[in-house]
Amino acid sequence: MPEIRNYTMNFGPQHPAAHGVLRLVLEMDGEVIERADPHIGLLHRATEKLAESKPYNQSIPYMDRLDYVSMMCNEHGYVLAIEKLLGIEAPIRAQYIRTMFDEITRILNHLMWIGTHALDIGAMAVFLYAFREREDLLDCYEAVSGARMHAAYYRPGGVYRDLPEQMPQYQASQWVTGRDVEVRNEARQGSLLDFIEDFTNRFPTLVDEYETLLTDNRIWKQRTVGIGVVSPERAMQLGFTGPMLRGSGIAWDLRKKQSYAAYDKVEFDIPVGVNGDCYDRYLVRIEEFRQSNRIIKQCIDWLRNNPGPVVLDDYKVAVPSRGDMKDDMESLIHHFKLFTEGYCPPKGEAYAAVEAPKGEFGCYIISDGANKPYRLKIRAPGFAHLAAMDEMVKGHMLADVVAVIGTMDVVFGEIDR
Amino acid sequence: MSNGSHEGMQARLEQLAEALASSFSESGCTLEQTCGEVTLVVPREHLMTVALRLRDDEQFSFEELIDVCGVDYADYGNSEWQTDTAPDTGFGRGVESMVPMEADEENRFAAVYHLLSIRHNVRLRLRVFVDTTAPIVASVVPVWESANWFEREAFDLYGIMFGGHPDLRRILTDYGFIGHPFRKDFPLIGQVEMRYDPQLARVVYEPVSIDPRTLVPRVIREDNRYLGEDSETQDAGDA
Repeated sequence: MPEIRNYTMNFGPQHPAAHGVLRLVLEMDGEVIERADPHIGLLHRATEKLAESKPYNQSIPYMDRLDYVSMMCNEHGYVLAIEKLLGIEAPIRAQYIRTMFDEITRILNHLMWIGTHALDIGAMAVFLYAFREREDLLDCYEAVSGARMHAAYYRPGGVYRDLPEQMPQYQASQWVTGRDVEVRNEARQGSLLDFIEDFTNRFPTLVDEYETLLTDNRIWKQRTVGIGVVSPERAMQLGFTGPMLRGSGIAWDLRKKQSYAAYDKVEFDIPVGVNGDCYDRYLVRIEEFRQSNRIIKQCIDWLRNNPGPVVLDDYKVAVPSRGDMKDDMESLIHHFKLFTEGYCPPKGEAYAAVEAPKGEFGCYIISDGANKPYRLKIRAPGFAHLAAMDEMVKGHMLADVVAVIGTMDVVFGEIDR
Repeated sequence: MSNGSHEGMQARLEQLAEALASSFSESGCTLEQTCGEVTLVVPREHLMTVALRLRDDEQFSFEELIDVCGVDYADYGNSEWQTDTAPDTGFGRGVESMVPMEADEENRFAAVYHLLSIRHNVRLRLRVFVDTTAPIVASVVPVWESANWFEREAFDLYGIMFGGHPDLRRILTDYGFIGHPFRKDFPLIGQVEMRYDPQLARVVYEPVSIDPRTLVPRVIREDNRYLGEDSETQDAGDA
């Protein structure tokens, strides 16, 4: 028998299962992990420092680029913190739009998660299905903001503009012609809300499809049941939030407990796990698909019947309408001031948190009364989760590291910031 | 959010503020309340005892440490745009690339902790001021393990040292990075830039070749709406 030695292994930063740029230094005993030391920061862009050099509104697009698979939720956290500092509140229609788009974002994020998580553990097909649905939701982003991913749609005091009356349609092209165009445009005949409603009607069946592929799959269960177990006490001690905390059996959800936007006006349930392993966290997120779908439906009903302003009528913070600017001097001046200098919140500090798909996304802003934040600290959920890497993989096999990375749902945009 | 849960939150915060005042005012802690949030300013030497009590005492039970971050107050309240002379070009007027540091040695840096009590559903912020000469504060890793990486980050970006931290290494910056980039006296464009040198056949670091540029000057406006609370707002230059 040859002697088996301990050795150190580099995992990433260019490994496809490292979800971006994670470099893991693993100390192994044979194939068992003795110690895992994640090296992060390869995607560090100093977002917080950049924000200190710009007026408040100009940092909203940076938020999209943090967790780049749950864009609008990040914006929401940032915008809420500014609103708290300014002491303003968005109109009710904007609150519902934000709620709806937060949930669309949650589905987007979880689709990405289920696709890559399953792909990492060896189930290829789920990835393809998940991206089929992401396409529709990204179209919603595009319809409302003009950008498919980095929307910059939420603004302090509301959202950039109201939902479009007409869903954009596919045009015939060299590659797609005739009947194919019609098929693609079938659900796009009406407004954006009609399109989203059509999606919500289809989506539960699609979640069933993913479940058919995974939930009772023998290989899936072998790879996830009993892997990366975290007890509720440890989860709190390690600073877990979101599905990671709920997977360990703690029913903590900011949408319910510290409600924001219109979450106190819609009905939904918080799924919790029992064992705190990868499989339970998978089940929690699957159920969140269904709950998000339920919330979106309620928002559509409300938004259909309640037209109204989507941004505050306060020119000190929100931009005047383009029509006003043409013949109202005051509006023109406000527009100019907002885009050259921005607005100055009062001295003070505020922390606002939202339940982002990955957990608690918080923004802590210190203002010294200037038109730029004095200090912006972004609390990314993935940062705390990844910090627990060592504890979660210790004693597991190398292949389980991949399962744990998948279950943490790490995205380096937010961890490195 | 003028619903029941919001008012319930206010009531809980009031209760928390009272409990904090009665428990910690002896050890020199002061209480601040802004934007519907409670902040406890803790003297450096008492951080550990306060943290332990906040976690273990039934009336507080802050089980979770949400966030730790560093803050550099050196530039606080300085407006970049204060001048009497008119410029020839654009924003050259009054904008100085580097604000002179008349830093308050005692209170330049602060470590800010955000706590969450899942049982009572309240949040609390702790602030500990750290002086410049020896920016050391006790590590709270023994109390909340999630502090580990957050403290490494504050060390990396601000140079605040956490005494008793199990593994205080840099975390976000490059291997071999020099300086603490989030300090206010560290330029936004950085100190060095990196390129591949074909002669040496390796990556080399050189001093930055670009100039810092201010697109929008930092302005503090005297705003009548906010003057009631704090009337010492600085004069801003004419626009």
